[in-house]
Amino acid sequence: MFALLQFLWPTLIAGLCLALICGPLGTFVVWRRMAYLGDALAHAAFLGVALGIALQMSLPIPIIALCLLVALALVALEQISEFAQDTLLGILAHTALSIGLMIASQFSGRGLNMNALLFGDILAVSPQDALWMAIGSVVVLVILYKLWYRLLKITISEDIAAAEGMKVIPIKLALTGLIALVIAIAMKVVGVLLITSMMIIPAAAAQPFSRSPEHMVRLSILISLFAVTAGLLLSLQFNFPTGPSIVACAGLSFFVILLVKVGMSRWR
Amino acid sequence: MSSPTPLLQLHDLGLLLGGQRILSHISLDVFAGEIITVIGPNGAGKSSLLKIMLGTLKPTQGHLHQIANLSIGYLPQNFYLEPTLPISVVRFLRLTEKRFSHDDARRVLNEVGADGLADKAMQSLSGGELQRVLLARTLLINPQLLILDEPMQGVDVRGQAELYQLLAQIKQQRGCAIVLVSHDLHLVMAATDRVICLNQHICCQGSPHSVQQDPHYQALFAPDTLNQLAIYSHHHDHVHHLDGHVDDHIDCAGKD
Repeated sequence: MFALLQFLWPTLIAGLCLALICGPLGTFVVWRRMAYLGDALAHAAFLGVALGIALQMSLPIPIIALCLLVALALVALEQISEFAQDTLLGILAHTALSIGLMIASQFSGRGLNMNALLFGDILAVSPQDALWMAIGSVVVLVILYKLWYRLLKITISEDIAAAEGMKVIPIKLALTGLIALVIAIAMKVVGVLLITSMMIIPAAAAQPFSRSPEHMVRLSILISLFAVTAGLLLSLQFNFPTGPSIVACAGLSFFVILLVKVGMSRWR
Repeated sequence: MSSPTPLLQLHDLGLLLGGQRILSHISLDVFAGEIITVIGPNGAGKSSLLKIMLGTLKPTQGHLHQIANLSIGYLPQNFYLEPTLPISVVRFLRLTEKRFSHDDARRVLNEVGADGLADKAMQSLSGGELQRVLLARTLLINPQLLILDEPMQGVDVRGQAELYQLLAQIKQQRGCAIVLVSHDLHLVMAATDRVICLNQHICCQGSPHSVQQDPHYQALFAPDTLNQLAIYSHHHDHVHHLDGHVDDHIDCAGKD
């Protein structure tokens, strides 16, 4: 057991970080209907990965930079064009993804494991990775804690928040930035394709039994922890890929909770 | 009631948004203790005018002057709360810049006759209940000026009569000014001190009765809606609660 822990501790830390940051951020993604934004940012992040490899930089920096750049470009494009946000996002994200794939094709086999990038590999998390994930997670949680009330207020009503003197746009940008950070942190664990699911599924699963915004955050962290643990065990036992195993467990808990809730309201 | 210096002065305001003229030559003084109702067709610039008063929209012409530390309560148009956000009425009320206690929240709920709603989920409220809760929230900061953008939204005619009465009561007890927008001409209340008829510029203004006679007003609103216009006259001889009932007659929406 001890030997296993010695081998697995970076994986456990990575899983813990994933659950702790995806739960709280995911609630805002659900409340503010940002699932598509999360997906698009994750796709754009792929260009960051490719650039990082091409420039031989450590991964997180180009990923965060790319996500923030896409978020800023989105805000700018919204000001100067009439297109809806999802159209602009789709254009930005898929252009970035395509350029990323073009660059990556030149480096295949040299430090680029496409499968791990798309679906993640929590078992391959190194002690160094785990350390920077922990630091990143603390940063995310501290910023989120500081901005919590303001984020909640613009989620309830941007009009009222603005009327009370709040600067709404910087807070919205900060939220996008936080999501970008989460994507960069979670990339290693669940991969580009499954990151959004780790934000929306636990939060959505928590919703039916939540009594307050904070309660929903606590429940979604618990559900994330369950999904990470169960997914990891499944993957170790049956040699499944870990990212998909974790997401499948989260999805399963969503359906079970939803059915229990529906059943309870029927029985009354 | 009205104090010599206006709380808010608009002088020759104009607003261009994206090359389109929204407002022009708006001059208006708002005094404490008066209720001003802004009416006008869709796209007349009513909401923009309110946002300029609030300070969230900058006019492109003219200027705005307000007394120092003017506290403004705001009820927005089209308030929509995401159904997946679990939040109680009390919690919603207390989510303001300044921190307020549970008792503060219950006090303002009481004032709008919605004391039974404190622990309910925001999403479970009816249209009339929601508007009262939003109104209660504007009262929390002890405002000198209330800016209400279509406070009668989603409220049935009977509920509107009660809400108008509540506004008159709030004005009387607090001595604050109330500026509200309505595009619904079927129920303009007699308690309104001034009606402002807006269509990019101020077409006409005055007491509800004098505006009704004004040719500008009659030109702006088709003659057939004029016949349906009802002036609501009210009495202050009873109490009403949301959760309970109104036991005596409400003198509502009589045609005159």
